[in-house]
Amino acid sequence: MRDVFLRFIRHKPALVGLLLLALVIAAAFVAGITHPGDPFAIVAKPFLPPLGDYPLGTDMLGRDLAAGILHGARTTLLVGFAATLIATGLGVSIGGLAGYFGGRVDTALMRFTEVFQTIPFFLFAILLVAVLGSSIGKIIFAIAVVSWPPMARLVRGEFMAMRSREFVQACVSLGMGHTRIIVLHILPNTLSAIVVTGSLMVATAILIESGLSFLGLSDPNVMSWGYIIGSGRSVLRTAWWICAAPGVAILLTVMAINLVGDGLNDALNPRLRNL
Amino acid sequence: MNGHPALLRIENLRVCLPASADRAFAVDDVSLELHRNEILCVVGESGSGKSVLSRAVLGLFPSRHVQPRGGRILLDGEDLLQATHARLRAVRGNRVAMIFQEPMTALNPVLKIGRQIEEVLEVHRVGTGDERRARAHAMLEAVKLPEPDKILAAYPHQLSGGQRQRAMIAMALALEPDVLIADEPTTALDVTTQAQILALIREIQRKKGMGVIFVTHDFGVVAEIADRIAVMQHGRLVEQGSAREILGNPQAPYTRSLLAAVPGLTPGPKRDFAGGDVVLAVKEVTKTYRSGHRLLGRKGRQVDALRGITFDLRHGETLGIVGESGSGKSTLARCITRLTDTDSGRIEIHGQDIATLGSRALRPVRRRMQMVFQDPFGSLNPRRTVGQLIAEGPIVHGTPSAEAAKRALGLLEMVGLDPRAASRYPHEFSGGQRQRIGLARALALDPEILVADEPVSALDVSVQDQVLRLIADIRARLGLTVLFITHDLRVASQVCDSIAVMHKGAVVEYGAIADVFADPRHEYTRTLLAAVPGRAWSEGRQAASPA
Repeated sequence: MRDVFLRFIRHKPALVGLLLLALVIAAAFVAGITHPGDPFAIVAKPFLPPLGDYPLGTDMLGRDLAAGILHGARTTLLVGFAATLIATGLGVSIGGLAGYFGGRVDTALMRFTEVFQTIPFFLFAILLVAVLGSSIGKIIFAIAVVSWPPMARLVRGEFMAMRSREFVQACVSLGMGHTRIIVLHILPNTLSAIVVTGSLMVATAILIESGLSFLGLSDPNVMSWGYIIGSGRSVLRTAWWICAAPGVAILLTVMAINLVGDGLNDALNPRLRNL
Repeated sequence: MNGHPALLRIENLRVCLPASADRAFAVDDVSLELHRNEILCVVGESGSGKSVLSRAVLGLFPSRHVQPRGGRILLDGEDLLQATHARLRAVRGNRVAMIFQEPMTALNPVLKIGRQIEEVLEVHRVGTGDERRARAHAMLEAVKLPEPDKILAAYPHQLSGGQRQRAMIAMALALEPDVLIADEPTTALDVTTQAQILALIREIQRKKGMGVIFVTHDFGVVAEIADRIAVMQHGRLVEQGSAREILGNPQAPYTRSLLAAVPGLTPGPKRDFAGGDVVLAVKEVTKTYRSGHRLLGRKGRQVDALRGITFDLRHGETLGIVGESGSGKSTLARCITRLTDTDSGRIEIHGQDIATLGSRALRPVRRRMQMVFQDPFGSLNPRRTVGQLIAEGPIVHGTPSAEAAKRALGLLEMVGLDPRAASRYPHEFSGGQRQRIGLARALALDPEILVADEPVSALDVSVQDQVLRLIADIRARLGLTVLFITHDLRVASQVCDSIAVMHKGAVVEYGAIADVFADPRHEYTRTLLAAVPGRAWSEGRQAASPA
């Protein structure tokens, strides 16, 4: 573990990513302190440019953009991590069972997975939100449902490869049960691939959420970056900063997560890098 | 050879390694000469730098961190290390050619054999299209491939391992090079095929008067083919001389220890088990692999991996299952340990048939029969400590963890490792040490029967010797009954009391090892014994030594 940590902190881009991510997390924390109250509240004249009384200016209704960005960070992180956790859980269980048992179990589970993969994931998310309604919990659920299939396929492949390895055969010949072999022997060996894919999945989840709220399909009671861009797009030429601030925030957050993901990949699979 | 200028001269060659490696140079100050019409064997264990040395002649270096740092490689007086890329390209294939260990990966899988041989001629601008085709045909005849026309039109995967290696040789010899570099060309092949390829290389070398650098780790092969021998260790040249000098009267202590570790072919003293209990009885076991879907009623491919295998194993006895790849010996081991299901037949342990037991009923049986695997790197979970790996078996069978952990330390000592190894991870150990850990894991359950599937074939000879001694020692101390699967008759002769020779899924000969070796009855056993490389040398050596 110490080696992994050392390799990670030696990876410069990953450190930059981690720093940016820490900033986003800090923003989510300070939102309640520096900008208490409702981010939807009208506080000043509309279309105030940035760097005046309000550091990021105000939107067309006179809402403080800085408050929106800080509160939006909470939504973004919540959706990103919650959806990824659920999707990873689903993907690992389904892919793991399919890869470990093979045969009919595998065929059944993989056909099931393919059903989800045949529908373009963003359209599918829109469909789910349209049918289920758009509370934040349902949005997380919708994003998780459209994101797990790639994880399931990856884990299935890893499990299949591990299943035929001699150390797993050795476990069988020692008389171990399936649960023990899966949880104690195969899963730890696939963990690095799961962590790397999961970290990149957070970025995708954030993008899907932004897209949904840009289209006005997100929870109307929760401030989010995509919502700000969506509402500011009609005044893009006269008040560019309304779209620019949340846009840059999304860009930096997604980039930060990708950098951390790459760093984790290199730290967890050092041999791949040295080749 | 004296007086003639050397064909190839390597002078004080140094090849560096990356900074993270355990030594500074892959090849350290090595000087060698290769003359026309001789085979120079470069021998060494893994990591000795023998492959790097041989490839350096062609200017092939594995990475940009492994590069020459001084010395010269002179081919007829021309320094190849200073040669331009264009000049090197002209030399490669034309004057110096190479054959590799694994012909499947060295041949391009999407091109036909004929095309690949013609391409060698084409890049060196030899002949017209028709001439090249005729030449390719003639080359395949020269390497004694039957039906050359069929082979020319075949893809690499359609040929057997031996045929592929012959095609590789044909390709290497297409331009009649002066120097042939053969890097472990027979290591991936079965013994009988190996014997044919060795004879072929020898014959062609004589006919064309080539100089051959033959890289190998196997002293049997060396005894078979070498004119001169160079022994390498840790990148340095330990000793060189004529084959007779080195094999008969080695000077360097390292060479002596290597030669002493090569197992002989004479079985040990006979042990008698006639009165003992039958611990394991295998009766008429069959197994067929079916591949391919039977969509629309089409029949898939069938391979009869085991056709009615029958034998008895008595208490304390060691039975060797020998055979070439594809003979079904590994399938047999898997069926007996119930990692694979059998199609029919009985596998009895003390009279209890285990061939059809369900996975729950099997668990108590599994502790009585344990397995040691071939691959020292793949058979240990890299994420668990050695202590956990060894203690886990007893824990699953109900031993309290503290007690199991304590016993693991004792087992480590028994297999000759420091008990402190328990808290370390498998990757910190060498191949031989890992095999010891695998053995300790198997012994942790106090099994009666040990199934060892090629436990030493991935190890260097000196390590192999130590592990074989350890297995023999533990077998005697614990009264184990052992089923020992191997492709190597030398190894079998060291540990086995009786052997079963397998060929195409059937046991063709079964009996006490001394009897089978002295008087093989089946044709295939005779072929197998005759193909053991360096047989004459081993027998001569045993006759000479009083032991």
